[in-house]
Amino acid sequence: MMFSVILSTASRYLLPLLLIFSFFLLLRGHNEPGGGFVGGLVAAAAYALYFIANGVYEAEKLLKAEPIKIISLGLLIAILSTIPSIIIGQNFMTGVWLDINFPVIGKIGTPLFFDVGVYLLVLGITLKIIFSLAEEDK
Amino acid sequence: MLTLILIGFAASAIAPLIYKPLKNYFGWIAASFPLYIFLSFLSKYNQIASGNIIKETIEWIPSLGINFTFLLDGLSLTFVLIITLIGVVVFLYAGAYMRGYEHADRFFVYVGIFMTSMVGMVISDNMMTLFVFWELTSISSYLLIGFNHHNEKSRKYALQALLVTGGGGLALMAGFILLSQISGSFEISALYNLNENIRNASTYSAIVILVLIGAFTKSAQFPFHFWLPNAMEAPTPVSAYLHSATMVKAGIYIIARMNHSLGGTALWQDTILIIGAITMLFAAILSYNQMDLKKLLAYSTLSVLGTLTMLLGIGSKLAIKAFFIYIIAHSLYKGTLFLVAGILDHETGTRDVSKLSGLRKYMPITMVTAAFASFSMMGIIPLVGFIGKETVYSAILEVDYWGLFLLAVAVIGNALIVMITILVGFKPFWGKLISTPKEPHEAPIKMWLGPLALAVLGLLMGIFPNVFIGRLLDQSAISIISEKLELTIKLWHGFNFVLLMSFVTLLLGIGIYFFRLKILDITHNFKLKKIFKPSEWYEFLLNGMMSFAKFQTKVLQNGYLRNYIIFILVTAVTLASFALFRIENALKITPDFSITFYEGAIALIIIISTFFVITSDSRLKSIVGIGVVGFVMGIIFIIHSAPDLALTTFAIETLTVILFVLVLYKLPRYLKFSKPLSKLRDIIIASGVGLFMTLMVLYITSIDLTSELKRFYTDTSVPGGKGRNVVNVILVDFRAIDTLGEITVLAIAALGVYALLKLKLDDRGE
Repeated sequence: MMFSVILSTASRYLLPLLLIFSFFLLLRGHNEPGGGFVGGLVAAAAYALYFIANGVYEAEKLLKAEPIKIISLGLLIAILSTIPSIIIGQNFMTGVWLDINFPVIGKIGTPLFFDVGVYLLVLGITLKIIFSLAEEDK
Repeated sequence: MLTLILIGFAASAIAPLIYKPLKNYFGWIAASFPLYIFLSFLSKYNQIASGNIIKETIEWIPSLGINFTFLLDGLSLTFVLIITLIGVVVFLYAGAYMRGYEHADRFFVYVGIFMTSMVGMVISDNMMTLFVFWELTSISSYLLIGFNHHNEKSRKYALQALLVTGGGGLALMAGFILLSQISGSFEISALYNLNENIRNASTYSAIVILVLIGAFTKSAQFPFHFWLPNAMEAPTPVSAYLHSATMVKAGIYIIARMNHSLGGTALWQDTILIIGAITMLFAAILSYNQMDLKKLLAYSTLSVLGTLTMLLGIGSKLAIKAFFIYIIAHSLYKGTLFLVAGILDHETGTRDVSKLSGLRKYMPITMVTAAFASFSMMGIIPLVGFIGKETVYSAILEVDYWGLFLLAVAVIGNALIVMITILVGFKPFWGKLISTPKEPHEAPIKMWLGPLALAVLGLLMGIFPNVFIGRLLDQSAISIISEKLELTIKLWHGFNFVLLMSFVTLLLGIGIYFFRLKILDITHNFKLKKIFKPSEWYEFLLNGMMSFAKFQTKVLQNGYLRNYIIFILVTAVTLASFALFRIENALKITPDFSITFYEGAIALIIIISTFFVITSDSRLKSIVGIGVVGFVMGIIFIIHSAPDLALTTFAIETLTVILFVLVLYKLPRYLKFSKPLSKLRDIIIASGVGLFMTLMVLYITSIDLTSELKRFYTDTSVPGGKGRNVVNVILVDFRAIDTLGEITVLAIAALGVYALLKLKLDDRGE
């Protein structure tokens, strides 16, 4: 793949910005347009940009964790977020909320964790597919 | 009783944990578990024998009428006691026998699950619970036959047994469902007063056939008998336990259990009688050229199972008495002889009877054990087998028309069994010593104690039949034919015709034994098994299914993406338009043709890029074109104030283009090789899909879409879901369980994609 200094340099600065943006999308999702799914996609796009600029090995190194592990972690968080509803004796997957408002994040409740799970899962899946397609070109 | 079942499953689960550290004592520990269940049920003996019935209900799925209803009566108690008593012996025995095996701990898990399910099955009163336990025994039998899974034969025959008995199990379930429609409940005890209704029901024949298919497959009745001799691939304790003493009697148990509600008609009685008689004779004949100890025993088991079925078919008081004694006697002596065969195999290294002779000096205890069991099997006084055979013969003599014919069949069958007994129980120990692959020596105590105890029990039961069998007999008869027997069991009936027949059987059997080799020579060219072999039907069906699967995979999943897309689109459009055009007034479309400037411009861009996509001469350009269409669609969402959708569309379009480019990288050079005809086909399909979607959208926009749901979600989103973004609240709260399912599917799909790509790598040899 062609190497571009401009793109490579730009991606280094864009990646954190895009990741913050994706996280922002995830958190505001409950009240404004956004959410875990689109947040995960934006985060994946951020890494994809980095991969286009710097190659798949740099991107994998930067990600640190295996995408498969991110997928599993996402699914695990989503499933764990269903448990509090069972513990307090509500119907399965009823949202359980803490009655405190946190700065930046807002209210904390199981749907938020569920959304975080979706976010991680979408990120992991997209990157898994992109990386495994790209790796084959060795 | 549910507690005992749960203890059983739990004990099976912890077996592997304690196996390694306690390997030397494991047989004793393992045996204590069936012993505990045996004693728990034995403590109810007096209660049951005096005519009580113990019933226990624990709700499982009450809305469907599926509950853990356990019912302990004479019949089920008899079976439970047999299952657990032989269980004690087999567990102890296996502690020594399985030591050399890899993963012997798993063996105990499977046998533990089997025993528990078998007990659960015979005490279940609810037909669905019974079915679940029934299938559990099939599955544990599958795992046990295939225990030596590195051996191809083991795997093949394990699958055969599973398919035959599992298939029969499904028939049984269908029969149960039909039965429950008559009684309105899944409880067997609810059928007791409905005999007339059941027999007059239009589904009666179907019920009988389905239930009997289930019973015949499980109990290896003709023509489903072939799986049982093949199941001898299992380790010997399994053959002794599942495939002779207990599991194969499950089918007979079902016939006995259902007899009071389904019995009494010609269809039921005659089918059972005829199939049982055929099995009895046919299986005994098939054993004539076997040399393998276990195969010989397997064929004799088949023959006995046939006899038991036949006795239920006769259905008289005497027949039920014979059934009951014979089932107990058989479990005792056949279990013992299988275990003896296992000892011989284990200590000498061969199971071939022609290579075993003169071992009495090396294995005195085994020899004595084998002799007791063999005398019982041959029906020699004073063992319980003698009473069994005497009663069988007198029950057969009672049959009106062809009693004598049946008796002749039974005598021949039993004579062949006598021959088998001599081969298995005496020949290895007497005569001149033949050197064996392993230096022969007596088995360890864990292996001879159990069989010897069973053999001695057979003797005690023969001498004191009323103490051991008599009291449960009446109660069991009530369960089977709803009346008391009022017949006593005696060892000695005096000199009569039946005794003469016993004597004839014995002489005939001994005669066949001595002329066996000559008979084999004569029949050498006459291949009975080649002429008639139901196992080939099984093979034919299995192969047929496999080739059909291959054929349809070849058509439907042919590896060409274009064909997949054609299948999916054509199916979807055909089915959906079928549904759409059935709706009344579906074609009365009142479209709103007023469009704004922006909408017109966007439509134009979409049309131009689509045209560009299909006419371009490179893939990259096409992909860019598709990307443009996607982004412009996103703009439509923005115009119609759906920022959520727009955001997602943009993100997805971006990633899709990246993925496309990555895939593109690997595709071969772009070539135009479509024939005009296939182009025409593609044009027709594409236009069809386009036309359908257009009509669909026009239809949807022209109907009234005021729905209660919309208001519900906008109203409850903030108070109920604590979020103003209704779409997201639906996704993560209201309908979160759907989302959970979807993301799980996504995760699995990602693994699938990864596996597919990896597979490609391996094909290239990297």
